[in-house]
Amino acid sequence: MTEIIVVTSGKGGVGKTTTSASVACGLARRGKRVAVIDFDIGLRNLDLIMGCERRVVYDFVNVIQGDCTLKQALIKDKRLENLHLLAASQTRDKDALTADGVKRVLDELIAEGFDYILCDSPAGIEKGAHLAMYYADRAVVVVNPEVSSVRDSDRILGLLASKTQRAEQGNGGVKEHLLLTRYNPKRVASGEMMSVEDVKDILGLDVIGVVPESPDVLAASNSGVPVIFNDESDASLAYDDAVGRLLGEDKPLRFLEEPKRGFFARMFGG
Amino acid sequence: MGLLALFRRTPSSASVAKERLRIIVAQERSARGSPDYLPLLRREILQVIHKYVNVDPEAVQINLGQDEGHEVLELSVALPEKTRA
Ligand SMILES: Nc1ncnc2c1ncn2[C@@H]1O[C@H](COP(=O)(O)OP(=O)(O)OP(=O)(O)O)[C@@H](O)[C@H]1O
Ligand SMILES: [Mg+2]
Repeated sequence: MTEIIVVTSGKGGVGKTTTSASVACGLARRGKRVAVIDFDIGLRNLDLIMGCERRVVYDFVNVIQGDCTLKQALIKDKRLENLHLLAASQTRDKDALTADGVKRVLDELIAEGFDYILCDSPAGIEKGAHLAMYYADRAVVVVNPEVSSVRDSDRILGLLASKTQRAEQGNGGVKEHLLLTRYNPKRVASGEMMSVEDVKDILGLDVIGVVPESPDVLAASNSGVPVIFNDESDASLAYDDAVGRLLGEDKPLRFLEEPKRGFFARMFGG
Repeated sequence: MGLLALFRRTPSSASVAKERLRIIVAQERSARGSPDYLPLLRREILQVIHKYVNVDPEAVQINLGQDEGHEVLELSVALPEKTRA
């Protein structure tokens, strides 16, 4: 059985691509066969974050338009052999992506026996975002603890509940999860930032992960190695926990509080 | 910071954010799947009310709900406090 998971948000720049890359790697690291697709037509980026930008020959739109086979376009990850990426096209023609074309590619990936297909959605609620979510079985809604991000995710939840194949067929709908990222426990403690509980209350959804704000994310993007591979980083552990929960593991949330600094660190300003 | 927050009389900015979101999200959810004319209806009702009293757009709430199988259009207008002469 293949599961199609869309990583979406409404608002731009909240961490969808960062999340797609790390979750895809996390699933693959646990032995799953994973294909991750960049739906951000015209703004290809997932390849950079995954570190395979120079190996892109064919893209998603090339496959849809029959310029190449799916096999030719899938880029095999250098670190994990059961992980493949389908890059977004750099075309400015937004109509290059069609519902029918997307379906054909997804069906072929399903026939290939992938366990998971991750769809990295573009921001907004236009065609690209719509097509990224349309065939999904599950959705990871990425949200920052900030007013516009929370409001936009609620719009996305509305679309997931009405404008998807599962919603239209009425067979249970898309299973939705919340992933909070860029979480700053210190600012939550001082009342400057909404807490996990606040966001959960407002949106009424279960939380699949809380990823702290971390300088390691930028370092990871710089080097093209998704942050989940940085075992020293809280962001990595948080993403790995989220992957576990996606697979049904029961793990308590962590990194919700500022790490307590030891006596000596405080004395000597470590 | 933590201790100071305890003594602060004004609510924290996070709780203000939460309260504002709670209201707008509820309003937008109730508008979802409701007829497209609802925003226009709201605007026109506002105009009519404006002829008689000066209310803030925020004070007019329109909800479409269900009650025992009937669709109910709920309109609530919070009138401004009487200004003392
Ligand atoms: N946990 C984090 N800590 C610090 N920075 C982060 C974190 N997550 C994401 N970022 C940063 O936020 C920015 C946006 O991230 P990303 O590109 O993943 O967002 P996106 O939702 O895919 O954006 P778009 O809507 O443009 O596709 C990047 O600069 C990234 O490094
Ligand atoms: Mg992105």
